[in-house]
Amino acid sequence: MSRLLDIVTIVSVSGGAFFFLAGSVGLLRFPDTLTRLHALTKADNLGLGLVVIGLLPQAGSLRAGLELICIWLLVLLSGATISQLIAHTVRATDRRESSAAHMPGPPL
Amino acid sequence: MSFQTALELVLAAVVLGVAIWAIAAPETSAAVVSYVAYGLLLALIWVALDAVDVALAEAAIGGLGGVLLLGAAARLRATEAQAKAERPGPAVCVAAAMLSALVAAAIAAAVLLLPVPAPTLAPAAAANAAATGMANPVTNVLMAFRAMDTVLEKVVLLLALVGIWSLAPDNRWGGNPGLRHQADPRGVLAFLARLLAPVGIVVGVYMLWNGADHPGGAFQGGTILAAMWLLVTMAGLMDTPRISSRRLRLVLVAGPAIFLTVGLGGLWFGAAFLAYPQAYAKPLILGIEVAMTLTIAVTLGLLLAGAPERSAEP
Repeated sequence: MSRLLDIVTIVSVSGGAFFFLAGSVGLLRFPDTLTRLHALTKADNLGLGLVVIGLLPQAGSLRAGLELICIWLLVLLSGATISQLIAHTVRATDRRESSAAHMPGPPL
Repeated sequence: MSFQTALELVLAAVVLGVAIWAIAAPETSAAVVSYVAYGLLLALIWVALDAVDVALAEAAIGGLGGVLLLGAAARLRATEAQAKAERPGPAVCVAAAMLSALVAAAIAAAVLLLPVPAPTLAPAAAANAAATGMANPVTNVLMAFRAMDTVLEKVVLLLALVGIWSLAPDNRWGGNPGLRHQADPRGVLAFLARLLAPVGIVVGVYMLWNGADHPGGAFQGGTILAAMWLLVTMAGLMDTPRISSRRLRLVLVAGPAIFLTVGLGGLWFGAAFLAYPQAYAKPLILGIEVAMTLTIAVTLGLLLAGAPERSAEP
């Protein structure tokens, strides 16, 4: 039984590490802010989720397991909020720049 | 080389890299972001050294200091290009480099010349842990064995706040600190503030309560409460209080005042300043910590809110 749980941990944490790696590569390689945000939130949501699932069998007590799940949920909440805020700022800046580009010239 | 050592080496290398980038980054805001990352990585190093209390304090200070520095960077943005044009002369650069090298060499020498085993009071602190009835040795040292340092530290926090308030122009004195934050009341930030603040308050109180027997304590709990208050004000759900408010000032001095009262009581009834009667040590310390947590939360929040910028009379 404990062997089985260890295998679950190894597979799941490795999967999480893969998502973190993929997210970091995406963050470095993707061309603009919105696609980079997409890469980053994948690392947060799936990567950390898989790591937490992998650590649950090793948690030892119900309380420690619940704490791990709470941490994951809090990171999900903050990650989702911050990516929304950044995306909102990017769109607002883009709109301002494109409307500035259509103007005939600086007002004298 | 064990896995642990490899991990620690990687961690140390990353911390050094981030530290160099914080100095070398061309933009102030980029430097601040790498400084925040540096603080969080440093917290990981403290965890690796089994100093979880220090790690919590480091993460808390790093986060709040980062917010403070980001605010400063935003205010400096207008003059950044101008400041960058003023290069210091070669003599100043060489002198600064030499001074830095000298300080680094002195620290390295001090670390290398430490006696083995290093002088420590840890066994004495562990042996007397039963005297306070609390199992966390860090809380024992902070609140009982070296309580004097903690009293002074809280007074310093208060002095820092007085320093920031003294930057207020005369006609703004007594007004609300910082600008009124405007945010969409149905937006993402307001949603987060409504959802996270209750959770954060519970976590802050848990951190305080946990500090008796496990890592945590008044400072860490107070920082989380301060962060929640900042989130709510940033989301525009609440305004910062006027600094002329009597209630606010009472909360600001409550922690140090209760600490000093208990300390003087020790001088009057007991052996020395801050000597707790052993039977009441734990309730006294908990009472001080509860008052301290409120004071720390309000002080840190107001430190970040800044000097009064809106006058008392609307």
